[in-house]
Formats: sequence, structure tokens, C-alpha cells
Amino acid sequence: MARKLLLKNDHIAGINTLDVYQQHQGYEALKKALTMKSEDIVSEVQKSGLRGRGGAGFPTGMKWSFIAKPEGVPRYLVCNADESEPGTFKDRYLMEYHPHILIEGMIISCFALGANTGYIFIRGEYMFVLRKLEIALEEARKAGLLGKNILGSGFDCDIFVSPGAGAYICGEETALLEALEGKRGNPRMKPPFPAVKGLYQCPTVVNNVETLAAVVPILEMGGEEYAKIGIGKSTGTKLMSASGNINKPGVYEVEMGLTMQEFIYSDEYLGGIKNGKQLKACIPGGSSMPILPAYLVTKTINHEDRLLTYESINDGGFASGSMLGSGGFMIFDEDQCIVRNTWNLSRFYHHESCGQCSPCREGTGWLEKILYRIENGQAQMDDIDTLFKVQKGIDGNTICPLGEAAAWPVAAALRHFRDEFVWHVENPDLAQKQNYGLAKYAEMRPKPEPQPTN
Amino acid sequence: MEKIKVNSSPPFSFNEENLLEAKRILAMYPEDRSKSALLRLLHIAQKQNNGFCSVGVMDYIADFLKIKPIEVYEVATFYTMYHLKPLGKHVFEFCQTATCATVGVEKIIDYTCNKLGIGIGETTHDGLFSIKTVECLGACGYAPMMQLGEDYVEHLTESKIDELIQNLRNQENG
Repeated sequence: MARKLLLKNDHIAGINTLDVYQQHQGYEALKKALTMKSEDIVSEVQKSGLRGRGGAGFPTGMKWSFIAKPEGVPRYLVCNADESEPGTFKDRYLMEYHPHILIEGMIISCFALGANTGYIFIRGEYMFVLRKLEIALEEARKAGLLGKNILGSGFDCDIFVSPGAGAYICGEETALLEALEGKRGNPRMKPPFPAVKGLYQCPTVVNNVETLAAVVPILEMGGEEYAKIGIGKSTGTKLMSASGNINKPGVYEVEMGLTMQEFIYSDEYLGGIKNGKQLKACIPGGSSMPILPAYLVTKTINHEDRLLTYESINDGGFASGSMLGSGGFMIFDEDQCIVRNTWNLSRFYHHESCGQCSPCREGTGWLEKILYRIENGQAQMDDIDTLFKVQKGIDGNTICPLGEAAAWPVAAALRHFRDEFVWHVENPDLAQKQNYGLAKYAEMRPKPEPQPTN
Repeated sequence: MEKIKVNSSPPFSFNEENLLEAKRILAMYPEDRSKSALLRLLHIAQKQNNGFCSVGVMDYIADFLKIKPIEVYEVATFYTMYHLKPLGKHVFEFCQTATCATVGVEKIIDYTCNKLGIGIGETTHDGLFSIKTVECLGACGYAPMMQLGEDYVEHLTESKIDELIQNLRNQENG
């Protein structure tokens, strides 16, 4: 059995309640933290090599070290629980079944950052999770784990849950802060970064649910011990949300460095492709990350094993790799149409664009329209080139990363599955009746020639 | 974006229970930052107003938080969970993104539309059911799925839809 840190008590009934959580070493890490100096906690997190689990993978300890500390100005910790990246549902699982590990992680993080107030910004659709979190918070408050003078340490801290109301863009940290202030979720220009001017113009750290929960095992075992799990700069464990054409969809905690082969095909994890079909493609890190054709999923372009680490999934850059992102792992079998899927995602990004920057507001609309035309047999061959140009026009030209999130899936689909797009244009009638199928997407290609170094 | 019809919308006010809840929520934010409570108060008010975020609701919330009505309108039109026109009592909000589409939510939507005799975005004559499509609800591992009120209904099948509609109708009649 692989090692579990966040979900190690997953099998215990009632672990969502404070009593049972405390019977299993719950809040011991907090007790330890309250005896430490705050800068020592930050240094443990730095040593652990923990990287943001929301998608960007930025080192958490470094993010914490950036927080400004002006005199007399409150600091805030905000937990990003807006989980809206298609394919991702791990944070919901953690909050619904293990609310106290998040709360404990947040109190420790508040202490380390010198923040007395924490907010959990949760997507509005998760109202049933919000209610569960509020029950857990109330339990903690009654037990003296939240409020004034926590466990006699002299440290005051309280945490509140605040809902969104249905907007993907609020997963972007500055849009989230706008929403938390009761405004439209339009991302802010950076700089200033939230670490300097965040919530209510005060220094703020925004971290993902899984990141804050991971602070608990880091304090329990120490940063150096945590860093021994995993490979290289990908330390610790990662929650993967697996969905699509697989036998066992769900949330899995994996040690960084597990092979893709084992993750997809072993019975301990996804149990292989459903109905004995063949793998056609995989999006390894949530819908904004580049899609990979079957032959690049379990092996890299150099025929090495692909591993579940930030580096290995990115091996080959975007030419032949993707990104671990949020861990939203989507599997497509041989019967799936890549054009249709790309159109589906483009419609999503068009719908979710906040409308602030014109490349994204207009571009996502054109992506959706052109893809719809190709999918429905109304396109001409130069539409494929237009599609490529439009996505390129969005990429890098917007205030927030939603532009990239919309552009990358289209670019990757064209990069790896161009012949399927061409087939749609050349055979408009046939494409309405049948799928392009697996084609040659599972066939291994020869290793690329080594590039001259100079 | 949907346009708001500023008409003679009936006035709205929180009932006693929601007034208490609103005060509890206001206490979560710094005193001079009560606008932060806007999103949550709108959810509560909409629920009390049978799932309809009317102009009366928005004006009341503006007054309640001592902010300008436009500050509420611009928020209510931005977020998709606020319904700016009345919907049925039970709203089926089908997720149509990514995995839900991969595993065949479209067939389930078509089936439900045919069964209720309405299209997407429409409401049945008796005002009981509406069908909507929404974007990813974060339940991809349990797809196809939909949101019904505050709950998620997952692993949808045609027979599950039949059963659900029957149960909701029985509830109305019984």
C-alpha cells in the first residue's frame, strides 16, 4: 500500500467529527506549532518543498515568505476552495469528509503568517459542503481551538466560510478576493500581489485547500521527512481526481513519483479503461492543461516511464508533455471525439470569461464558434489555421491566466490530433455518423533526434 | 448576460429566521466591510423568494447592507447562480462540461426534456420543473450528474430521472 498523509484516516467512520479526529492525533500538530516560533514553521514548510496544489505548483514556503508585515495592518489567510477546474473534485472530498484537517492546517498557517482571520472561499454550488464546514468550525470554536487565546497560547484566530455564486474565474486568486469583498469576480492587475495588497488592501496569502491541509503532516513529521517522499522537486503526496472512461473514478492520494502506467491500469488505482477499450487521450491536470495522445501518456517522447510528478508530466515541454496542474485526471477512450471534447471545453471558457480583457472575451467566443463549425461539418480547411491563430492571440495577452487556460487545450488538440480535425473538414457527412476512432494515437513514435547543443 | 427588468417588483424582506442568519453572517466580516456578505445574503434571499432573485430582493439587500442598488445588480448579473427570472419549483441543473459530456449527459438531458415536454431553459406549465444546463460542478468522478436545489444527484440514469420526477410529483400531491 502506498503511503497516505491527507486521507490516512479515510476508512475511519466519523472522522469528520472533532471527537474522532482528536482520537486519531487530530490537532496534535497545532499543539506542536503553538510552541514554535512562527518563522520556524515557515522554514519547515520551505524545507518540505510543498508546492501549491491548486494548479500553478508555486512553492508554498516561498509564497508565505513574501507576505508584507507593515505595523498595525491586519493580515489575512484565504483558503481557495472555489474548485471549478473541470475534472477536479478533490477539495470537495477533503472538505466534506475531512474538514478538521483543513481547519487545523489553516490555524497553523494563520499562526505562521501572523494572521488572526482566515476565510474559506468556497464555490456557491458546494453549499452542502459549506454547511458541513460550518458545523466543524463550530465544534472547533466550542473546544477552544478557534477564537481568543487558542489552547492558552495567547494567539487569537477565527475562520469563516464565504460562498461564491457560480463563476469559474473566482478560482483565480485576485478575482477570488474581489468576490470575497462582495464584488464581481474581475481579476486585478498584478502587481501589487496579494502578499502586499490582498483582501481589503491588506497583506494576504491565498492557498488551495489541499495545500493548507498538507501543512498538518508537514508539522507532524517535520519538513525534511516530508521532502523525502516523492522525487526531486515534487515532494509529498498529491490528491488526484480521476474521471472519464475508467473503471474506478474517484479521488486518490498518490505518492509523487508513481508511474502513470500503474496509476491508470492497476486495480489499486483506476483499474484500467472501462469496457476493455483502448486509451485514446488523457488530460492529466484539469481541463486547461494540454491533452496528451495515448502514446505520450505512460511514456515520454524519449520512451522513459512517465511519472506523476510536476517535472515528468512536463517532460518535453508542451511539444510532448503537459502539466500536473490541479490533478484533475481525465481519461478518454477510443470512442471519444477530440474535436467534440475541445469544443465542449471552449464553450466552457467562453461562458466563464469575465469579459474584462478583449483577447479573452472575444477570442474564446471565436474558438467556440469555429470548433462548433468543425464538429458539425460546416467548416473549411483554413478554419483550422484560424483556430490556431485565435488561440495564439489569446495566450499571454490577458490580465489573468484564464486566457492561457482557454488557449492551451485548443493548441494541444491541434498539435497532437490535427489529422482528426482535418478528417472532420474533409468528411463532413461521415463525421456526423461516426467517430475518427483511435487511429494511430496509441502507436509509439521513434525517439526524436538529439538536438545539437550550442 | 441577462438584462434586469426594473419594473414594479413586489417588495421583499427577510423572515425572522433569515434575519438572524443574516446578522450571524455580517459578524464574520470587519464592521466597515459588510459588503463582503453580499454574495451569501443574495443566496439566502433568493431561496426565501422561491429561487427568484427579483429586483425587490436586490433592492432590499442593497438597503440592508447600506450600499447602492447598482452594486447588487452588477453582482447578481455576473454570477450564474442568481436567477433573474422565475423558474420552476424544482430546477434540474445538468452539468454539461468535460467528463459529464464524455460519459453521456447529453442523452440524459434529451431524455428529461422529452419526459417533461420542455426544452433547456424552460419550465413546465404546472410550474414544478425547470431544466437548465450549467458548467462543471466539480463532481466529475460521479458523472453524469446534476444539481437539484442544494443537493447533487450523481451517477444519473434514465430510470433515476424517472424515479426522481415521480417522487417529486408525489411529494406535491401528498
